[in-house]
Amino acid sequence: MKKFEKLTSSVVPLPIENIDTDQIIPARFLKATTREGFGDNLFRDWRYDSNNQPKADFVLNDPKFSGQILVAGKNFGCGSSREHAAWAIDDYGFKVVVSSFFADIFKGNALNNGVLPITVSEEFLEKIFAQVFADNNAQLVVDLEAQTLTIAATGESFEFEINPYKKSCLINGYDDIDFILSHKAEIENFEQTRPFSFYR
Amino acid sequence: MGKTLVEKIWDAHVVKRAEGFPDILYIDTHLIHEVTSPQAFDGLRKRGLPVFRPNQTVATADHNVPTLDQHLPIKEELSRYQVDMLTKNTSEFGIELYGLGHPYQGIVHVIGPELGITLPGKTMVCGDSHTSTHGAFGAIAFGIGTSQVEQVFATQCLLQSKPKTMKIEVNGELQKGVGAKDIILYVISKTTAAGGTGYFVEFAGSAIRSLSMEGRMTVCNMSIEMGARGGLIAPDETTFEYIKGREFAPKGEKWEEALAYWKTLYSDEDAEFDAVLTFDAADIQPMITYGTNPGMGIGVKQFIPTTATQPESEQPSYQKALDYMGFADGEQVLGKPVDYVFIGSCTNSRIEDLRQVAAFVSGKQKAEGVEVWIVPGSKQVEAQAKAEGIDKVFEAAGFQLREPGCSACLGMNEDKIPAGKYCVSTSNRNFEGRQGPNARTMLVSPLTAAAAAITGKVVDVRELI
Ligand code: SF4
Repeated sequence: MKKFEKLTSSVVPLPIENIDTDQIIPARFLKATTREGFGDNLFRDWRYDSNNQPKADFVLNDPKFSGQILVAGKNFGCGSSREHAAWAIDDYGFKVVVSSFFADIFKGNALNNGVLPITVSEEFLEKIFAQVFADNNAQLVVDLEAQTLTIAATGESFEFEINPYKKSCLINGYDDIDFILSHKAEIENFEQTRPFSFYR
Repeated sequence: MGKTLVEKIWDAHVVKRAEGFPDILYIDTHLIHEVTSPQAFDGLRKRGLPVFRPNQTVATADHNVPTLDQHLPIKEELSRYQVDMLTKNTSEFGIELYGLGHPYQGIVHVIGPELGITLPGKTMVCGDSHTSTHGAFGAIAFGIGTSQVEQVFATQCLLQSKPKTMKIEVNGELQKGVGAKDIILYVISKTTAAGGTGYFVEFAGSAIRSLSMEGRMTVCNMSIEMGARGGLIAPDETTFEYIKGREFAPKGEKWEEALAYWKTLYSDEDAEFDAVLTFDAADIQPMITYGTNPGMGIGVKQFIPTTATQPESEQPSYQKALDYMGFADGEQVLGKPVDYVFIGSCTNSRIEDLRQVAAFVSGKQKAEGVEVWIVPGSKQVEAQAKAEGIDKVFEAAGFQLREPGCSACLGMNEDKIPAGKYCVSTSNRNFEGRQGPNARTMLVSPLTAAAAAITGKVVDVRELI
């Protein structure tokens, strides 16, 4: 996994709530057997019309907005467990997603792919949206080490939470399999002693 | 202090717990399918690792398979490739596959229980969010992403933080015509689609206890739709009765050993939940969704809540959902014409669902202009339906009985609802485009779906039985 470093970037705002994984990447694009290329179909049905023409009113087609940080409304990533949603976000070029609430599975999938989901308060989310709509080039600063998200122009900062283990994974670029495999003997031990011989 | 059921099962599977780290949780059973596994197999190859415990993994092809002419090669090239990859990967890594053509093939969450693979007290995972279904047996079962599928392949373990626990009690008697699907749609309409996030939910209370195993699976299946990690129900005689004698269920002495253990699987009297919700079964009407998340549900006779009654920050999303559905503030869904009826998916495609629908439609005809697809959850369900003559009932009613798979639940194969059309569906998600680009989904119980098929519109099934 790639290492996550400090990031300063402009923002793509998507002030919609309950964005589900079927919107992030519709099921008909899940036929691929590799992890690459999903970015082209990120938010496919919001981004393109039925003739595959870009919809001018969707934010990813709006030249005023760009950047490596996606800021979205509450309950982002609800729905299916498809990791393709995290791959699409990563492949499109987002390194951070900010929302006031994330669905569990999406959050885990994002972290497993080096994409940082940052949960902020409703108020701070509103502040970000206000800032970005006032100045389309407004920058956010993500400092994972310090666990802060800062609006560059105003200096207002939010201290976010992250599991310390996951934080160290992101910073060092290592993943869960490396960690679990280092406990292989304990797993084998557990298997010997587990009382459920009737489970295959 | 006592333990909740979730804590009992969880703690029995912790290989290692260390401060500041998620638990290393042992996984008893891993289910896989063609869509979320290929990248995980690839990952293993890149790391040069085998599947650590191939005997504890079972595979099937379901999401991407056609539901007509399954004996012929899959026409759609990418789908065929994905299904072929599953065959190749499972044989290379030594995993049992119930693929197309196999008598055990079917939707992954239907075949686990019917084969006796799903058992109380197990930890089970699958790269699919509706893995929560298996919780109906008193198992900890939840959906995972592909990176985690790779983790389980490589180690038979997952790194997981212990979830918070919630108890949802539904007490009392259900009205006639109201079933398990209505219970869960009702609960989600009260909690919202995010209300269970971070929790593992235990369903309890007399109304839940009175449900069959199939009904319990419907309830646990949709616990993910309230954002929960999973849902479960303590096992009881109904559970043991269902499991006994199934293909992979323990037999003889092992059965006795298992039974003794399973009977210890309940939340202790003095166990504490992080949250408790209580509902009265008598309040529940046949439910229907009017919006684009499963929390947007109402009793079939109720009126769509107006935008003004929604929290201000949520109003734009709410309005967007109503626009998508072509519904207006404050109107009734009752009486709306229906174009498609889909009876299937891991929520409602079991033999009991099909029996219930058949009993209702027997001797009746579908309404003109309505397309009705019945997609059984598995080959075994299909065979059972045919053995009972249910296929004939559907044929006579003008319904199309298809072959097993996920089908129009997610519209990944050809089974899509056309843009703008209304589909009354027994599946679990009504997201924008879920059943096809711009398709409009209304989630209901199998009975309400059957009533829509016969009348061509949304009706209150209580008035027809
Ligand atoms: S039937 Fe639908 S919800 Fe169930 S596993 Fe298949 S796609 Fe997922």
